[in-house]
Amino acid sequence: MTFTGWLTIVLFVVALSVLAMPLGRYMAAVYAGQRTVLDPLFLTPERLFYRIMRVNPEQGQDWKAYAKSLIIFSLAGWLLLYLILRTQGLWNWTGLNPEHFHSAPWNVTFNTTSSFVTNTNWQYYGGETTMSYFSQMAGLTVQNFLSAGVGIAVAVALIRGIIGRSGKSIGNFWQDLIRTVLWVLTPIAFVVALVLVFQGSIQNFSHYLNFNGPTGLANSIAMGPVASQEAIKELGTNGGGFFNTNSAHPFENPTGFTNLVEMLSVLIIPAALVFMYGRMAGNRRQGYAIYATMAVMFLGAVCVAYVAEAHGSPAQHAAGLHTQVVAGSTGGNMEGKEQRFGIAGSALFDVVTTVTSCGAVNSAIESFTGIGGAVPMANLSASEVIFGGVGTGLYSILLYVLLAVFIGGLMVGRTPEYLGKKIEGREIKLVALGLLITPLSALFSTALATASAAGRQSISAAAAGTPQGFSETFYAYLSQANNNGSAFAGYGGFVQPNAGNLGSHGITFADLLGGFTMLFARFAPILFALAVAGALVGKRVSPAGLGTMRTDNPTFVVLLIGVIVLVGALTFFPALLLGPIVQGLTGHLY
Amino acid sequence: MKRDFITAGIGIVVLTLFCGILYPLVITGISQVAFPGNANGQQVKVNGKLVGSQLIGQNFATQVFKNGKPEMQSGEPVTNPDPRYFQTRPSATVPPNNAAATTFSNLGPNNTATEQEISSNIKAYIALNGPYYSGKLTAANVPVDAANTSASGIDPDISVRNADIQAHRVAAVRRLPLATVMKLVSKYTGGRGLGFSGEPGVDVLDLNLALDRTGGVRA
Repeated sequence: MTFTGWLTIVLFVVALSVLAMPLGRYMAAVYAGQRTVLDPLFLTPERLFYRIMRVNPEQGQDWKAYAKSLIIFSLAGWLLLYLILRTQGLWNWTGLNPEHFHSAPWNVTFNTTSSFVTNTNWQYYGGETTMSYFSQMAGLTVQNFLSAGVGIAVAVALIRGIIGRSGKSIGNFWQDLIRTVLWVLTPIAFVVALVLVFQGSIQNFSHYLNFNGPTGLANSIAMGPVASQEAIKELGTNGGGFFNTNSAHPFENPTGFTNLVEMLSVLIIPAALVFMYGRMAGNRRQGYAIYATMAVMFLGAVCVAYVAEAHGSPAQHAAGLHTQVVAGSTGGNMEGKEQRFGIAGSALFDVVTTVTSCGAVNSAIESFTGIGGAVPMANLSASEVIFGGVGTGLYSILLYVLLAVFIGGLMVGRTPEYLGKKIEGREIKLVALGLLITPLSALFSTALATASAAGRQSISAAAAGTPQGFSETFYAYLSQANNNGSAFAGYGGFVQPNAGNLGSHGITFADLLGGFTMLFARFAPILFALAVAGALVGKRVSPAGLGTMRTDNPTFVVLLIGVIVLVGALTFFPALLLGPIVQGLTGHLY
Repeated sequence: MKRDFITAGIGIVVLTLFCGILYPLVITGISQVAFPGNANGQQVKVNGKLVGSQLIGQNFATQVFKNGKPEMQSGEPVTNPDPRYFQTRPSATVPPNNAAATTFSNLGPNNTATEQEISSNIKAYIALNGPYYSGKLTAANVPVDAANTSASGIDPDISVRNADIQAHRVAAVRRLPLATVMKLVSKYTGGRGLGFSGEPGVDVLDLNLALDRTGGVRA
């Protein structure tokens, strides 16, 4: 551990808070339909979109109509993406497939399509050996925008349900989607993409470079429109890398500075949404309380990961390496980490990417130490509520808030109320279902994949028969159920003996189980969140009395953290014990 | 319902045109005008010939020939590190430092396979640099970045300590004063982002090309 390492972590959290507050204010104006600075730029395109799509943005939707539009739109996105990926070879005329890659097989494509439409970006393929530039741009990048837009729309709809004073409308899905894409995602992605190119990311449509290096050895370097995809990949907490090694690849993440920019891009919208919520609820302290909950859990995770990785791994020590900091070397567990990020920059990125539903990585999570690897799993086990994905984080933690209010209400013996609205049986049933589906699908799929021979063939050779093999499996389904997309990447669903997809084949079991896990664990909780919005929106607001439990003070923050940790721990602790914790507790090799 | 299908169908097409075609094209256009060097991968040319990208770590090795034919092992040519050049970090790609098919090593923290991999990297590092080092080079003073596989497999940088150890060998093989090589090492050591983010590293391609320009024994 070094002073600059800790300094990076502290400055990062400060920078995040400072940047997210004004963005939250701006976004509150965007969704309330108030005037913003970017109106002159986007009002005309917005009207154009509505006219072409035949949408009447003034028409409010009740939760069922809202959900219907959302599901049908996601289905349309799924079909178009599947079509684009499966017809990759037909788009060679655009010049955007210079390496003439074939399509990946149907099972892998099913997984990939489900993955990008659900904001997961789990990848059973290597970008630079599988995807044409056309597929990356017109297919994957588009869903990076739209799946993020869908997530934010759900969060905004749930907020409207909580704060709504009358009627049934929770907003208009199409309006929320278009305004998110135009006012929020596009302008920030534009700036971030150009900053990345300015720092060294590439953005071109060239052939791969083939040449002989200074020693005469043949080299090949993959090219492509990287920066534009990289920016929205972080911003939309999507995480699907242009290249196989994701944000560890120097073209995706060239410097220590871009590492900082990318981490901020991942967290900025989830953090801003929390401040936005406080403003929309008419009590900014409600937002601060949730932000404090998230920040405390985030910092805890970062500290554990940094200490664990700085200590080094049993394999390093057995080989005789010294892992302390010495002059000119940071020491620590550098297996699967890049020199320019070092230990702190890798541990911090790892936590940033797993508390959100991002899943981009700048280091190999599978090579993290036992405890270092338990941190991302614990983050995932908390159901992505520590900032969480864009939109998903806020709507999930709001469900937890309702649960905490309910439990608190039981403890003080009063009918639970949140922002003046009574939380009753129907709401709590919906909340519980919404919160339990994700852990349930993660554990169910893990069990299925661990118990079956078809499931076990995805485990990497080096990890087979060890706790590491179980960790790979558990992480795979935990990550896909939480729509995260990071991986213990030895776990495979795609076998590619040659570049260019010739002779490649998918592992059908892993591809399909993963694909269905992602779809189910994405859309079922969305439906429950919208149903909660529908149940709350028409409720009468009663004024706060003396006995009302406050939800904007430190006591409530502690209660909320307790509820999140308790639910996550009770659900996942046995599984965590079998994998990473066993490894963290022993210095033995196997 | 029917209206939703029409809106969704038209919506996905126009949004694809907007986010998937217009946005990347605009970014590409601006990048190619404003930062053409970066946008095309910071290509490095020597005498007009492409020899690499500043951001991509290469394998500075030479092919092994047997009876006039390149020796092969499981379909890939066998190579030996070229002692005249600084060497990049160990790589898990096939062949090493393959920037057209990057991959992690995915070796776990408690696996024997990981220990074996690290040990063999240490052995190779000591065999290459030990004879030239000022003290005795053992596993205990091999820097971690020289023993552990990088994440991308094409890490362009090595740690300063790693470069310092290799400098002894490079200076001896090239018959250059150690001070000259050390000066180049510090010249090509990059700083941290904004002074605090990340770790300093030495860009190996830049350093090696600077050595070639400096002279000394090249063959």
